[in-house]
Amino acid sequence: MIYLQLFWEFLKIGLFAVGGGMATIPFLEHLSQSSGWYPLSFITDMIAISESTPGPIGINMATYVGYNVGGLPGGVIATLGVVLPSMVIVTIVSRYLEKFNGNRLVDSAFYGLRPAVTGLILVAGLTVVQTSFFHVYELADFARLTEVLDWRKLLFFGIMFFAIRKFNKHPIFYIAVAAVIGIVFQF
Amino acid sequence: MSDPKQKTDTLLRLYLTFFKMGMVTFGGGYAMLPILEREVVEKYQWAEKEKVLDYYAVSQGLPGIIAVNVSVFIGYHRRKVPGGVAAALGVVSPCILIITLIAACLQNFQNNPYVRHALAGISVCVCALIASTLMGLWKKSVKDWTGFLIFLVVSALSLFTSLSPILIVVAAAVCGILIQEARRRGAK
Repeated sequence: MIYLQLFWEFLKIGLFAVGGGMATIPFLEHLSQSSGWYPLSFITDMIAISESTPGPIGINMATYVGYNVGGLPGGVIATLGVVLPSMVIVTIVSRYLEKFNGNRLVDSAFYGLRPAVTGLILVAGLTVVQTSFFHVYELADFARLTEVLDWRKLLFFGIMFFAIRKFNKHPIFYIAVAAVIGIVFQF
Repeated sequence: MSDPKQKTDTLLRLYLTFFKMGMVTFGGGYAMLPILEREVVEKYQWAEKEKVLDYYAVSQGLPGIIAVNVSVFIGYHRRKVPGGVAAALGVVSPCILIITLIAACLQNFQNNPYVRHALAGISVCVCALIASTLMGLWKKSVKDWTGFLIFLVVSALSLFTSLSPILIVVAAAVCGILIQEARRRGAK
């Protein structure tokens, strides 16, 4: 029963992949070898598609693999499998968090967690900057920085940032405008 | 029950709001933060800014996809288990629709030049949105010098080492407890 197998495999990924969507990649590589459902080369395509479509990357990858293995029901089942552990675990943790709301130790822990997660978000943002502003992925030589930096994008970033701070429109508005500008100016 | 906001958190509204967010999140869980703040914090006032940040912090250390974990946290916060389920299903539904559509009918979608240019524009925009969100978070999260120190150390560790984010998150929580307890002792 392929659907049951799909569900089980993605349940395991949802349970053990800690740290977000990209953390699922090693599991998908392993699954490729153990199940033979798709070749390893398929994973690169899958990452490209996941990154070029909306939605959390981890979910997109589950749907994509599931669809290719078992059609539409396969996509739905793999996605539900990857999400189910989150639902159960977060529900349990939520219950405890609300119970200990106002607890001195928990508050103190969050005193340390909040700046930490702000740092993690900053670094996640910088990773996006690295891949979207530069023509190369790894910056090997800082002396050649100006050659690989895309100045048009940097200018666009400045304008966007100013507009976001100044006009406070819905993020969807800015995303739509950015897509159009990307096409018009051939980013 | 006299709170007028109470009416906005029906299961259907939760599902649809998270559907909308899943639809326009390009990238991982953190790319969802700007739109999440707009919808959950500002528009519906389902949770305060600090609470959302706390959910991100805990989600980082839990298994599963961060965007889904945060969605379940917010859904559960409003409407318990059914709320968590509605939020999770909401955020994954657009993925199922869009990916299925692409896998079924749009071969080489990711190599289409229009798609690539549009995405390049969007990714710059996502940077600007995250930068703007970070400025708002900064005031809520880094409140004093020790907080700033934690922020600096975590940023450096995450940028220059391949330490697991779980380890970083757990260490930060322990630091928070130690610092605050030391302060309480000092105050006595």
